[in-house]
Order: sequence, then C-alpha cells, then structure tokens
Amino acid sequence: MKTGDGGVLTTTLEKAMEWGRSNSLWPLTFGLACCAIEMMAIQASDLDISRFGSEIFRNSPRQSDLMIVAGTVTKKMAPRVRRLYDEMPYPKYVIAMGVCVIQGGPYNQGYSVVLGVDKVVPVDVYVPGCPPTPEALTYGIMLLQKKIRNETER
Amino acid sequence: MTEITKSKDFGNGWVELNIGPQHPSTHGVLRLKVKLDGEIIREVEPVIGYLHRNAEKICELDYYCDSLIYFDRMDYVGAMNMEVGYLEAAEKLLGIPPPERVQWIRVIMAELSRIAAHLVWAGAFGLDLGMLTPFFYCFIEREKILRIFTETCGTRQETNYMSIGGVYQDFNDKIVYDIEEFIEQFPKKLGVIFDAYVKNDIFISRNKGIGILEPEVAIDYGVTGPMLRASGIDYDVRKAEPYLVYDKVNFDIPVSYKKDNLARFLVRFEEMRQSIKIIQQAIKKIPDGPYFNPKAKKSLMIRLRGEGETYARTESPKGEFGVYLVGDGGVKPYRVRVRSPSFKNLSILPVLAKDVMIADLVAISGTIDLVFGEVDR
Repeated sequence: MKTGDGGVLTTTLEKAMEWGRSNSLWPLTFGLACCAIEMMAIQASDLDISRFGSEIFRNSPRQSDLMIVAGTVTKKMAPRVRRLYDEMPYPKYVIAMGVCVIQGGPYNQGYSVVLGVDKVVPVDVYVPGCPPTPEALTYGIMLLQKKIRNETER
Repeated sequence: MTEITKSKDFGNGWVELNIGPQHPSTHGVLRLKVKLDGEIIREVEPVIGYLHRNAEKICELDYYCDSLIYFDRMDYVGAMNMEVGYLEAAEKLLGIPPPERVQWIRVIMAELSRIAAHLVWAGAFGLDLGMLTPFFYCFIEREKILRIFTETCGTRQETNYMSIGGVYQDFNDKIVYDIEEFIEQFPKKLGVIFDAYVKNDIFISRNKGIGILEPEVAIDYGVTGPMLRASGIDYDVRKAEPYLVYDKVNFDIPVSYKKDNLARFLVRFEEMRQSIKIIQQAIKKIPDGPYFNPKAKKSLMIRLRGEGETYARTESPKGEFGVYLVGDGGVKPYRVRVRSPSFKNLSILPVLAKDVMIADLVAISGTIDLVFGEVDR
C-alpha cells in the first residue's frame, strides 16, 4: 500500500482483501482438551483477542474463518474434525495449538491418539507448548495474519 | 454440529436429535443423543470417549515420578488437586511421607487450584445460559491465581509442581506476599461475580426448581462432590477421611437442601469462600523445614520401587477422586486405575434430564461441571 502526500491511498484489490481478511479472523468455538481453557483465556480480559480482529468465537463452522485445534485429537474425534473443517467456508485457516495436536505430545505412546492433526486437516501455523501460553497463541494468530497478507517473517 | 434424523422405530412422533461433539454448551467433547417429543426431552444418552487418551495405560510405561504429568491433564482446570490425589497413593505405596512444610504448601496450592477450577466453571456456566459478562470477571480472578502458579513453578495451568515426597520449589517471601494479597481482595471480587448472577431474574428462573436430584438417587449412582452436597448430604473427603493437614484447619462444608441447579451453584460459590478460609489459616500456620523428603532426592527419583497395592481418595473440585496403584517391586507401576468424579457425575444426566425442556438440558449439564480429560482419561 502506498500513501501519497495528498491523503490519497492507492492499493490493489488483492492487497485490500488480504488486509481485510487478516484483520477479521473469526475462530470456531472448538475446544477439545486442556488447551481449550487457554484458548478461553485469550478471549477474556487479560489478553483480549478482539484487539487483533478475532472478535467473537463463532459457534457454527459455517460462520468462522479460523479453526484453532486446541487439544488432543483422538482416532474417534478425527473424522469429526475433518467434517467441521469441510463445513467451513473458504478461505479457511487452521492453527494447531499444543504438542498433542502437532505430534501426539505426552500421549504419543498411546493407541488411541492421532499423531498430528496435519494428517487430518492442512495446518497453517503450529503453536508448540503443553499447553501454550495465551501469549504464544496470540503470537500464532499474528503470524497467521502475516501469512495471509503475504508478508515474510523478519 | 447438530443433526436431526427421523427414526422409524419410535412410532410416537419422537425426533432424535444429536448434540455434539462440537457444541458450545457441552464443555468439550460430550455427545448427547436426545429423543424429543416436541420440545420435551424423553431420553438422553451421553456418548463419551472422544477424548480417550489412555492415560492410565501410559502411566504403566513410566516411572512413578513421571506419571504425574498425566494426572495434571486429567482434571486440567484444577491440576494441583489431581497431583495431591496421585501422590497420596504413590507416597503410601513407596513409603515416602512428605515433610510437614510440604503438607501445608500442598493444602494452599490445592485450595488455590480449587478456586481456579470453580471460577472456570462459573464463567462457562454463565456462557451456557447466555451471560457473557461474568465470564470476564471470573477469568480476571483466575489469571491472578495463575500468576501465583507461574511464580511458584513456571507454568500456568498444567503445573507439575509437586513431586514424590516434596514439591519442586520452596515458597519464598514474594509468593507468600502474593497469596496474602490475593486472598485479601478475592472475597470482595467474588461478591461482585456472585451478584452478577443472582441479581439476574432470568438466571434464577432458569435454575430454580430445575434438575432436582434426590439424595437416594445420588448415592445409588455414586455422585460425589458439590453435586451430592447440594442434595443435602454433608459428605466431603476432607472431613470424612482427612488427608494432608485438613484436620488442623477450621472450615465448614457447605450443604444445601434444595437439590436443584441453583443449590449446586450456591454450594460451589460457598466452597470458594471456604477455600479462602483454609488458605488464610494455612498461610499463618506454615512451619519451617525441608521442602522435600531426603529419601526422594532428584537423583534417586527414578530408582524408587514399590510393592503391594494402595488406594487413596481425595476431594477434587468435582468430587471424590480415587487412585488405585499396584506395584510389583519394579520401578514402574504394574497397574494404575483412577476413580474419576466427573465420570460418575455424568451418569446422572439421563436421570436429571428426563421430561424437561431442551433448553434446561444445557443448564443441567452445566451444573454437573464436566471435564472431559477426566471422564474419558
């Protein structure tokens, strides 16, 4: 985007749409396990996620842009995760929150845990931690915004 | 994720409705199969297992000291209480009693954790009934507790603070000061949250007289914790079979005889006030001394061997939490079994939610205080 001296803003349509999309990411209310409580914490007063445009957690996948997979994905739950992802409208993004979602975490010796949600849905940003702090998740959302705006991470 | 399917079998115009596993009011991954006659619920069948992480089985593959992290992640909102529950059993099996100072530290941390757990419940219960504002107030208070945890052990929620025969790190003056500061201002803030609920007529009318649980039924189903105490039975493991130093502090068990949703709400709020009372006494009485048992130094930790079997029960925020351990003389347990209160409390849902309106189902399942890490394990 370029700002001229006379208060005129010139941009392309793509840039404007990317800017708009990145600043109105509405997450899906989708808590699976422990990380869901930390996901609730970024919605609360201390780390207000509204500052980054993720205003409300939508209860329906049809109204949301971002799926934060918060908590261990088991083999019983994996088809439901995929189905929820399919129900979301394009453009859609996924954040994998916590080590359980990334590779199984402390439960990766178990028989019932999917070792990484990226086997089920494509993931844009990985946020490690068990559970990640709300600050880490906020940083993950900021990284996703940069990714949507095609900015490189410096 | 809500589907309606017309079933041929019922023959009386009932409709089968599937709620969950992704639903804002199921507190995680509960799925409810509901048979509806118009708007009246005739049958409810909870379907569980969406968060089965085989924690009990993994504990058998780990050393006694390593299993603690899986207990943190069972009742993940009140992690300290889970640690106390496991260590009560493990220390009995391994024969390593904690020193006096450790017992007082554990009581303080467990009660702080209980307040945090009840605050999450209170906020989520408000969200279920469409009240967003108290949620923010609850989480402001919870963040203060988590800041104390962060200072003490470095993590916020899954603390892993206690270890066999001791705690990871001793209390210093700063932590004691922070806890004193917290308990001084908390009762006033709790009053604000409490008023936000009970001064709302809609909240009262949605909870008063709904979901009546008779004490006989509660005992038959093995219901414990605030659910049981709201039905008029004053059973609390902290009084009935005191562990740690709960017999040296003064506190009351809140009991209500109204048996409904509102009674459970009031009992949990009164429990938070009693927890404050316990911490106030404990922070004054805490003695000097070592913060771990020398038999369980960090270098010796993985060589601890246990033989025989033990069962220990403690009072978690959800109810009676029991841990059964069998050791075969090796460095790893032979069998770990958990009696989780949320699982037993969930079994009462089909009884409570019979012949009620579908909107009341959300309120009733909210007062049960389900945590799925513990139900499915």
